Amino acid sequence: MAQPLTYSKESASQTAGPYVHIGLAPGAAGFDIYRQELGRDIAGPDAPGERIQVEGVVFDGTGAPVKDVLLEAWQADAAGIYPHPEDPRQAHCAPGFRGWGRIITDFETGIWAFDTIKPGSVMGRNGRPMAPHISLWIVARGLNIGLHTRMYFDDEDNHADPVINLIEHVDRRATLIARKTAAGQYRFDIRLQGDGETVFLDV
Amino acid sequence: MNPAGYYQRDRLWQPPALTPDYKTSVARSPRLALLSLEGSLSEITGPTFGHTDIDAIDNDLIRNYATTGDPVGERIIVHGRVLDENGRGVAHTLVEIWQANASGRYRHKKDTYLGALDPNFGGCGRTLTDENGHYAFRTIKPGAYPWRNWVNNWRPAHIHISVFGAAFCQRLITQMYFEGDPLIAKCPIVNTIPDPSAIDQLIAPLDLNAAVPLDCLAYKFDIVLRGRRSTMFENRPEGN
Ligand SMILES: [Fe+3]
Repeated sequence: MAQPLTYSKESASQTAGPYVHIGLAPGAAGFDIYRQELGRDIAGPDAPGERIQVEGVVFDGTGAPVKDVLLEAWQADAAGIYPHPEDPRQAHCAPGFRGWGRIITDFETGIWAFDTIKPGSVMGRNGRPMAPHISLWIVARGLNIGLHTRMYFDDEDNHADPVINLIEHVDRRATLIARKTAAGQYRFDIRLQGDGETVFLDV
Repeated sequence: MNPAGYYQRDRLWQPPALTPDYKTSVARSPRLALLSLEGSLSEITGPTFGHTDIDAIDNDLIRNYATTGDPVGERIIVHGRVLDENGRGVAHTLVEIWQANASGRYRHKKDTYLGALDPNFGGCGRTLTDENGHYAFRTIKPGAYPWRNWVNNWRPAHIHISVFGAAFCQRLITQMYFEGDPLIAKCPIVNTIPDPSAIDQLIAPLDLNAAVPLDCLAYKFDIVLRGRRSTMFENRPEGN
């Protein structure tokens, strides 16, 4: 008999369910309770950088919009710096920049949108820079565990990005790239299943 | 030098995406393989929160929405620690909860269940763990409620819990169940979890030592987030 390993196991995930808004965005559930809801402003008013808006829909395997989905975004500032102690340049992060936000859909259409600034390039593993991207985490009724993905920008140079290049099926790389629709406007649809299924990440 | 990554998520312990007995998962489950990433700065960082973000009353669901009196139902304390897989407390992390009231009714414009709304109960709370990872809420024990899956499915009493940890890759939403509830074993959402020990880990025991005599009962619930590798042997670049 070997010595026992004493690691604990990560708690199992359970679906966020249809009423996730009560806990994470009670205003969207229909009532005011907190002095301030968290995750309403990703960049803050003073962060330098290009102000952008991203809009999209999450679709299920039948092509129907997922109307009760909730997304969280996590991104670096315009200089590619995260407001977090693990980022060696944290002290130089833009003032008031939070980098994190919560994104709620319109319950009738499933369309969501968020305002932020375009992130800068972040250094990836082994000294390989990553193209500008926003990390997304998706929860909803029917999702047993939150889905991670990334959103890149079609007007940036993504060809050397070390994560996009890990995707063996070259046609699927486009599922991570938002399309510019107007100045400062991007469209990013997410497909949970079927044709054009988004690449999800085990991070 | 590469940052130390987190232990990989055990996908045989976590529920799979496709669980046909939970019908909504059928059309919402990705069918292609996930792309496995070694943690980069984008995954090992994450949002941080402080005491300017929330108020002290936010963790008291008996008082944080009440206007004309206390909410109806069994008064309870839910307390425990947020730990990582190495057994270390996760300090100063945001814990958010939401739940139905004692009738099994949610305060949500999409919930139309017959159970009565309670004018003094909102059903959500939030708090930061202390330096050792401890958290506590005061609330009302939620009721069971029916849901559309099979014709006669009922959710066991549960509290939804959202936790951040220190990194975006630790982000977790789960549900806490109550010791002794016969509906747990019959619930298709509980049973999305393949390993019975992983289900046991989501069931909070009654904790009489933490109860307040003549006031409220208590349940203890620890939450475990992914652990992180040590940095000791991390600075060897891989072959590329
Ligand atoms: Fe629920």
